[in-house]
Amino acid sequence: MRFSTATPMVAIMVEMTLIDAVTTALAWELDHDPRVVVLGEDVGVNGGVFRATAGLQARFGADRVQDTPLAEGMIAGVAIGMAAQGMIPVPEIQFMGFIYPTVDQLISHAGRLRNRTRGRMSCPMVLRAPFGGGIHAPEHHSESTEALFAHMPGIRVVIPSSPARAYGLLLAAIRDPDPVVFLEPKRIYRLNKQNVEDNGKALPLDVCYTLRQGSDITIVTWGAMTFETLKAADQLAKSNISCEVIDLATISPIDYETILESVEKTGRLVIVHEAARSCGVGAEVAAIVAEKGLYDLKAPIRRVTGYDVVMPLFRREMDYMPSVSKIADAVRETLED
Amino acid sequence: METIADFEIQYSQFLDPAGKPSADIPELARDTGKLIDMYRHMVQTRVFDTKAINLQRTGKLGTYASCLGHEATHVGLAAAMQKDDVLAPSYREYGAMLYRGVRMSEILLYWGGDERGSDFEGPKHDFPFCVPIATQCLHAAGAAMAFQLRGEARCAVSVNGDGGTSEGAFYEAMNIAGARKLPVVFAVVNNKWAISVPIELQTASKTLAQKAVAAGIPGIQVDGNDVIAVRHWVERALARARNGEGPTLVEAVTYRLSDHTTADDASRYRKKAEVEAAWKLEPLIRLRQYLADIGAWNEKKEKALLQEVAANVDAEVQRYLNMPKQPIEAMFDYMYRDLPEFLEEQRDHAIQYGDSDGGHHG
Repeated sequence: MRFSTATPMVAIMVEMTLIDAVTTALAWELDHDPRVVVLGEDVGVNGGVFRATAGLQARFGADRVQDTPLAEGMIAGVAIGMAAQGMIPVPEIQFMGFIYPTVDQLISHAGRLRNRTRGRMSCPMVLRAPFGGGIHAPEHHSESTEALFAHMPGIRVVIPSSPARAYGLLLAAIRDPDPVVFLEPKRIYRLNKQNVEDNGKALPLDVCYTLRQGSDITIVTWGAMTFETLKAADQLAKSNISCEVIDLATISPIDYETILESVEKTGRLVIVHEAARSCGVGAEVAAIVAEKGLYDLKAPIRRVTGYDVVMPLFRREMDYMPSVSKIADAVRETLED
Repeated sequence: METIADFEIQYSQFLDPAGKPSADIPELARDTGKLIDMYRHMVQTRVFDTKAINLQRTGKLGTYASCLGHEATHVGLAAAMQKDDVLAPSYREYGAMLYRGVRMSEILLYWGGDERGSDFEGPKHDFPFCVPIATQCLHAAGAAMAFQLRGEARCAVSVNGDGGTSEGAFYEAMNIAGARKLPVVFAVVNNKWAISVPIELQTASKTLAQKAVAAGIPGIQVDGNDVIAVRHWVERALARARNGEGPTLVEAVTYRLSDHTTADDASRYRKKAEVEAAWKLEPLIRLRQYLADIGAWNEKKEKALLQEVAANVDAEVQRYLNMPKQPIEAMFDYMYRDLPEFLEEQRDHAIQYGDSDGGHHG
């Protein structure tokens, strides 16, 4: 991990992974906003179990980058208390599998505080957690349960899928005046590197990012599945099938316009996500296209998702998840319909 | 074997139920003005509470959780706080909230089904009512973290009940507060009943104050019907917290003289004799007696006070009753600072149907 030692006005391009981008964005905000506090289990001296906060405590001190006792509900609860009293806490939950004790605090307080006080109080905080499968992790370390959070009114859910988007979207999430659950696809934490300018420029929330233009079919996906999907799109391109690939990025609220415009153009839609199918975010995307874009569709919508089972332990985890061939087949079938 | 840890829990009372000093009266109680101020707020709270129940019974208020019997605990802890401190109450601490400047009409609005009841005119930084039990203990701890980080000489006070001490959030909050020496006081209102579950079924702990021991912080039990004891010990705890010495748990032992809420009927699970015995310990009589004994109170003053607080309550009830409903779109307009686009459509829809179905725009 490298930090910019250049003068602030000179933004330099740094080649970085997705997790480097998370660290770099946290450092930028810690450096530029004294209200920002990073807290969580092992985020301080140890720099996080995935190293997302590596070097931050040494640079900003133990007050700004705090190791907490081990209680996730507590981490969320004190973050809400801090946020309501003028700080911008960025708590880390070590793995999504341990995020569930935070649910009470998020649904009962974070997402409601502004509303229930008619704007007297607000809750600017970003709860970060790594999520998703594919890294041969132990039990409870591989699930994708973003839909739980997308169902909470008042909570934004954001998932980056590249170093540049991790940097820009995390900055935006921290600067957003309302609570954000920021889920980091850990399988692609170090999958590739990208040149990212550490210039403090945020990317917009609440919009999709079109990763690849195409004309035959729209594929909506997010997180680590963008990689599988882009690979499938490459493969399909060899058969002259032109896929438009859209990264949802903000899982809630969803930017329907980009999706509807794309479906209007292509007439076909496949949705790809790691999470279990039933009541997944894909169902919401399909519903909105059915409600507002049905007459643009030339074929039924297909979903390529995890199955509605307990996520298998890692010997079989890849069989649970969408794969390049599952995605490519779903595209072909949709085109044949 | 050797004993490597040991603990004692102190109990404190200054005024017995008859209003006679049972210990050396502390400094604060030598200030008659302070005692009268607290007495006035306790009476105000009692009259307000009685009126709120009447409003519910006559269909002018939704379900309401009475604070009957808690007046000394509420007023004592609020009187111990400074204006800049932050209160994180549960849903019953009217005596404390009113003392800190929340309006009676705001409390009525809340229980009357209107979110504006939590948009306090007075203590802008106090947390709103908290219904999910003990979750507010963590907000108080978080507020204390903010004060500590900014180097502010402010404290947070959370209030939860005996049932709340069974919740994880209560322990978690005390635990981090202890580890960080946070400027926070955990007030536990032990009113003996969590709806229908008596304290004996809630815990095997002899006191709730001793639950502080595992968090490595001091805990004390006080007579929650003795406003002097509550104020004195919460003041001590706050002074300690402000001085960087960390949190304290103050257990105030009182009794829920009312049903849990207006939707509850405590006669189903509670013996009449127990409630009658508890009435003999209630907080107003002893303070009034003490004030009379030191020559600071009499029938005439009592009568004038009752007239004054009744007028205050009536004015606030009128303010509440005269408050038109919020516009329909208010349910959308405070969800986010900036309304996301997808909600605009739902907002328009709600407005359209509210009008056509006879809803009011206020």
